Amino acid sequence: MTVSQATRLLTGDRMKNVELSRQQHLDLYYHMRLNRAVEDTMVKLFRQNKIVGGLYSSLGQEAVSVGTASALEKKDWLAPMIRNIGALLVKGVPPRDIFTQHMAKYTSPTLGKDGTSHFGDLEDLHIVSPISMLGDLIPVMTGVAMAGRYLGQKIVAMTWIGDGGSSTGVFHEGLNFAATQKAPFVLVLENNGWAYSTPVKRQVPIENLADRAKAYGIDSYIVDGNDVADVYTTAKEAVDRARNGEGPILIEAKTFRRMGHAQHDPAEYVPKDMRAYWEARDPILLHEQFLTEKGYLDDKTKKEIETKLDALLSKDRDFAENSPMPPPELAEKGVYCTGDDCHKIVPRWERDKTEVMPPKASIDASWAVEGFGRGKGSGGGTAPIHFGDTAQSQERKAVEEKLSPETPEEVVTEEVIQAAPSAAAKSKNGASKRPAGKAAGATKAKPIARGTAKVAVKPAAKSAAKLKPAARPAKKPVAKSAAKKGRR
Amino acid sequence: MAKTSTAPATKSANVANGGKVDASTPTQVTFLEAIKQAMYEEMERDPSVVVIGEDVGVYGGAFKTSEGLLAKFGWERVIDTPISESAIIGAACGMSYLGLRPICEMQFIDFIVCAFNQLTNFVAKGHYLWNAPAPIVVRGPSGGGVHGGPFHSANPEMYFVHTPGLKVIYPSTPYDAKGLLKAAVRDNNPVLFFEHKYLYRRIKEELPAEDYTVPIGKAAVRREGKHLTILSYAAMMHNSLEAAETLAKEGIEIEVIDLRTLLPLDEETILKSVKKTNRVLVVHEDTKTGGIAGEIAAILCEKAFGDLDGPVFRVTALDTPVPYSPPLEEHFLPNTDKIMHAARELAKY
Repeated sequence: MTVSQATRLLTGDRMKNVELSRQQHLDLYYHMRLNRAVEDTMVKLFRQNKIVGGLYSSLGQEAVSVGTASALEKKDWLAPMIRNIGALLVKGVPPRDIFTQHMAKYTSPTLGKDGTSHFGDLEDLHIVSPISMLGDLIPVMTGVAMAGRYLGQKIVAMTWIGDGGSSTGVFHEGLNFAATQKAPFVLVLENNGWAYSTPVKRQVPIENLADRAKAYGIDSYIVDGNDVADVYTTAKEAVDRARNGEGPILIEAKTFRRMGHAQHDPAEYVPKDMRAYWEARDPILLHEQFLTEKGYLDDKTKKEIETKLDALLSKDRDFAENSPMPPPELAEKGVYCTGDDCHKIVPRWERDKTEVMPPKASIDASWAVEGFGRGKGSGGGTAPIHFGDTAQSQERKAVEEKLSPETPEEVVTEEVIQAAPSAAAKSKNGASKRPAGKAAGATKAKPIARGTAKVAVKPAAKSAAKLKPAARPAKKPVAKSAAKKGRR
Repeated sequence: MAKTSTAPATKSANVANGGKVDASTPTQVTFLEAIKQAMYEEMERDPSVVVIGEDVGVYGGAFKTSEGLLAKFGWERVIDTPISESAIIGAACGMSYLGLRPICEMQFIDFIVCAFNQLTNFVAKGHYLWNAPAPIVVRGPSGGGVHGGPFHSANPEMYFVHTPGLKVIYPSTPYDAKGLLKAAVRDNNPVLFFEHKYLYRRIKEELPAEDYTVPIGKAAVRREGKHLTILSYAAMMHNSLEAAETLAKEGIEIEVIDLRTLLPLDEETILKSVKKTNRVLVVHEDTKTGGIAGEIAAILCEKAFGDLDGPVFRVTALDTPVPYSPPLEEHFLPNTDKIMHAARELAKY
C-alpha cells in the first residue's frame, strides 16, 4: 500500500479540514528546517570525532517530530524517542543542549552523564527523558497524564514509539493501562519502515500498526508522516480530543528512516527503489513546494530563515565546542536525591484539594456485588489472606468446630483473633460491632524473645491456646493452610 | 538490656475508626495492620499520596493491606490496575514527576521482576542522569515459609541492592514497618519495601498513637551481647533472636542486629558491633550466592579485618528455587537450629 492510500484510512474518520494560517505553516517549516540543520551540524561534528558516542538520524522524519509536538501546549508533557530531536526543538530546547549532550560536555543538561536526546526538564519545559529500552515511556507518560488529570491541570501527555518498539511487552501494558484509565495521552507510532535492519513486514503480520488501537478500544489515525500539515492537523485533533477526555489516541505516522540505525550503519538492507521513493518525498521539500504554491514562502523569507538558523547554530555550536568536559569526580555524584534542594517538584493543584481528601473523596466502590464486603473475605484483621495466614485460619477453624453452629461469626473471630484495628469496622457489616480491645484475652501473646518486649506473637500452632514464638519451628512443618490458595 | 527501636508503647491509632485514637483500647497491631495504618495515615496527611496496584481497591489487596482505602479516599487515589507490573511502576514514576507520591503494590514481591527494566533502568537512574528524582514506593509481600511455592515466596532484594539509585528496606517488626513505610513515602528517592508475609499476622506490637517515622539506613541492635554478632533482617531476625536466647543459657551471649535497611547499609552499626564481639554470623532467608551476607563479609574484610577473630559465617537459604512441599521448603530455609549450630561453631574461635 502506498502512503496516499494509507492516509485515507482514518479509523476515526473525524479529520477536520483545518485550514492552517500562513504563520502556522511557516512555523512548521521553520522547525523542520531547524531540526535538519541541527542534525546536519551534528553529522559534521561526528565526522570530526567531536561526538563521542552514537548519532541517530531523523533525516526524512522531521515532519513527524515537528508536526506532532507542535500540537501541544506549553503546559503539556512530552517524552521523545532518540530521533525526535524536532519535538525537543519545538518544545523549546535550544540546539546547544542537543550539541552539548552529544559531545558529552559538562554544560549539557545531564552534565555529561548521558548523551543524545536522553535528557529532560520536569519543571519548565515538561520533557521526560527517554531511555534506550523502548516502550518504557508509554506507562510513564500514562502516569504523567493521570497525575495531570488528578491535579486538575487539563494537560495532555505525548510520546513516540517506533514500528520496532511497538513489539515490546511494555507497549501493550502501557497502552492498555492508558486505555482503561482513559488517560489524556497521545501515542505517536512512528512507522519508519525499519527496526534497525528488520523491515516492518518481518516484525508484524499486519499492514497498518494503527489497527492495534482497536484491541485497546481506543481511536487511531493514520497520517502521511512526510506531510507536516497532515501530521499537525491530525495531532492537533488527537490532542484536543485527549484533553477533552476522549483519550488515549494512537496516531500511526507512515514515514521512512533514510539513514541507517546510527551513523555506523550504511543501511544496505534497504531496497534502492524504496529509498528513491521516499527521498523524492522529502518532507521539507514537499512543504516548501506547498508553501511556494500558496504564496506563503518567497526567496526573501526563505533567506531570512536560513540566516537566522545559521546564526543560531553557529553560536550554539561554538558554545558546545568551547564547553569543558565534566570533572571525573562528577561520576560519583547524584545517585540519590539528598538534601533539601534536590527535589523541587511540588504538585501544582488546579482543583480543590478537598475533593480528593476525606470525607469528600469518599465514594462507593467503583463496582459492587450484592453481599461483597460482608462475607468471610472481608473483616479487616480476620479476613483470609492469600498465603502466610496459616495460624490464623487454623485457629479459626479449630474454634469454629468447637463452638456451636448458632454462634454468630463475629463472636467466633472475636474469641480467637485479637481484634486488630481494621477497616472492618468501617465497612457496613456486623463485624463493626466488635469491641476492639476485649478479644485480646484468648490470645495473650508472649514476646518473641527477650529484648523485644513490645513485640508479641501469634502462634503457628493448631490450638489458639497454645502459643509459640513466631520464629519458624526448627523442624516441624507448619500446619497446612486452610485459606484459599488460588494462584495467579 | 536489649535495645530495640520500639518507642514507648502508647495507644494505638487505627484505621477502623478513621485514625483516631480510642484511649480506652490500647491495641496490639499486626505487621499487616501496621502497613495499612502507614498508608492510611500518609494518604490522610498528604493528598499527593496515592496507592496503585492489582486488586488494591475494591478487594483491598490480596493480603488486605489496602482494605478500606478505596472507600475512604476514592478511586482517583486507590487505583486498581490490570496485571501489568511495568505499567504500575512506570505510571507511578510518571505521576511522581508531577509531584505525586505513589505507593505501588506488587501483589507478591516475586512479580517485581516483571517490572525489572522499568525499575532498574528508568526509575533508579533518573536522578543521576537527568535530575529527575522519582519518589515512589514499591512494596509487597515477600519471603517463604508459608508454602507459597517457587513463585510466591521469593526474596528478590539483592537484584535491587545491586542497583544504584534505589533504597531497599526489609523490616521485621510492626513498629518498624509502619515507621519505615512512612519514611519511604516521604523520601525523595525510589524505595523498595519488602514485607515478609510470614510476619503479617504472626507478630503484634503496640504502636504509638502519634505520627512517627523510622530512619531509612539505620540498623537496630535488638539484643546486646559480647561473644558474637548476628546480622539479620525480616523473618530471620526473629529466628536469630530465638537462637540468641537459647544460646545465652549455654553461656554464649549474642548481639543481634536487625539491618532493617539493606541499601544503604548501616556500616557504622555493623562495624561498631564487630569491634565488640569480633565474630560475625550473617543470617538471611535469601539464597546464599550473591546474598547480602557476601557483601557484608567483603565490607568486614576491607574495614574490620583486624577486629575479626574468626571467619564470617553465613546461614542462608539454599542456592535453589523455593520448593513447594513442606519438607522440601523446611530443608531449603534457614531456621533456629541452623543458626544455633553455626553460632556454636563460630563461638569456638
